[in-house]
Amino acid sequence: MSASLQSAFAAGLFGTTSAPAGLVAWNTPTPERRYGVYRNNVTASLTNALASRFPAAENIVGPDFFRAMARAFIEAHPPSSPVLLAYGDNLPDFVATFAPAQELAYLPDVMRLEIARGRAYHAADAPPLAPATLAAIDPARLGALVFTPHPALSILSSPYPVVTIWAMNAGERPIAQIDAWQGEHALVARPHLTVEVTPLSPGSTVFFHRLAAGARLAIAAENAMSGHADFNLSENLVVLLRSGAFTAINRDNADEDPNHA
Amino acid sequence: MLTSSLPHRAGAGFKPEHFADILAAPQPIGFFEVHAENYMGAGGPPHAQLGRLREDYALSIHGVGLSIGSMQPLDDDHLARLKVLCDRYQPESFSEHLAWSTHDSVFLNDLLPLPYTEETLARVVEHVDQVQTALGRQMLLENPATYLLFAESTIEETAFLAEVVQRTGCGLLLDVNNVFVAATNHNLDPQAYIARFPLEAVREIHLSGHSESVDDLGAPLLIDSHDTPVKDPVWTLYQTVLSRIGPVASLIEWDNDVPVWPVLRAEAISAQRLLDAAARKRAA
Repeated sequence: MSASLQSAFAAGLFGTTSAPAGLVAWNTPTPERRYGVYRNNVTASLTNALASRFPAAENIVGPDFFRAMARAFIEAHPPSSPVLLAYGDNLPDFVATFAPAQELAYLPDVMRLEIARGRAYHAADAPPLAPATLAAIDPARLGALVFTPHPALSILSSPYPVVTIWAMNAGERPIAQIDAWQGEHALVARPHLTVEVTPLSPGSTVFFHRLAAGARLAIAAENAMSGHADFNLSENLVVLLRSGAFTAINRDNADEDPNHA
Repeated sequence: MLTSSLPHRAGAGFKPEHFADILAAPQPIGFFEVHAENYMGAGGPPHAQLGRLREDYALSIHGVGLSIGSMQPLDDDHLARLKVLCDRYQPESFSEHLAWSTHDSVFLNDLLPLPYTEETLARVVEHVDQVQTALGRQMLLENPATYLLFAESTIEETAFLAEVVQRTGCGLLLDVNNVFVAATNHNLDPQAYIARFPLEAVREIHLSGHSESVDDLGAPLLIDSHDTPVKDPVWTLYQTVLSRIGPVASLIEWDNDVPVWPVLRAEAISAQRLLDAAARKRAA
């Protein structure tokens, strides 16, 4: 097969042009419909791959709209790897600029939550931080602790009620009118084998963002409380342990040891 | 080099939705097969399930993304991922397709056909050699379901496969549904294809369903859809193969509109009955 024939075969798969020259069937020198089987397989299989990653988004817009949107995305951004587990990571950005979806301003953020869940599902295994490990720390030294994020951890914030919308469209809660149309935040983690989405308050979101970035516990709590008077550290430590967001703790003794790397 | 060592029994393509049913009781299943690319994440439920399944059953890892029939070099990163997977699970068999699926840097997610010429033969041989060297094991190469042909082809598919076996020492995965689909699509006799196939190299058989369509001129066009039970003419062709070579690992593939586990299991049991009959004939 000349490389040019393979190129022509590949190029026509995303378009609507005639089958490339050099293809034949037993009954015709121009097997358009037969070439169309490959063309259909490519788009249909990639659409299915995207639908399996974004079931809540598909539920929101309906299968016909989703397929049309997926087709436009696939033509603009075909996959570059035979591993499709991460294919569509840029679909939310595409949807944000996809004219027919403009009325659904929250849709890209719902899809980002689905991506976070998918990443958590496939993330490396690691045991979550055991409550006993934290309980064994001298309370006077708690503030200097830094936490190692679990590979499955993501923290998302949206100006839309995306956690509620996602839960309603993922069969986690009944679909109903959303009376409090306001921004929502979520912590996505997989403490063992089940992905869990934990809604967070704005103060908790700051707290977990700072901890995940490597801030000491005292600093993260101070940042969370500034502007969020309702932030409660002990409640958030319970969430921290229950969610499996972190795997280990270390003491940041940089202040005591200037040579500490 | 490790050679393919699947038990000569019926197997089933593993679907995660069947995991709980499969674990609930011992199954009359000789082996499970998974698509390699679905297990290339770092961890989580896919690996937990595969590891658990591996404790009780023989395993075939079946790649769908290596693009062995590509005129461009193999993707070294993908080959490295396959090596990690095979090293981790030590499958009884690794197989891939006589097809291509990547061009330039685009993955097309379908098993695309290639013409059979001295040029493509040399390239496929080079790629199979590269895979077997990288994995340290014999691979099985699967015959494709095709919908069209190439004007430039000069070698019959069966002769092409025989030559790849001869030059690389690979084994073959004979997809009997693909034989029936391709023979129908090219107005050929599937029994004649089997008669010319290098059966001595077959280490695994695939069985699956197909759907029926027509081409531009109204001629039958079968689609390799893996979404129905195995059809009668495919079972017949399968019995021909077994009568020639005796029992060999035989997989039921069902990838779309996947049924509940008892339905897939019943298909595997049907294949096992034919395997048992073939074994009795051998012994007689």
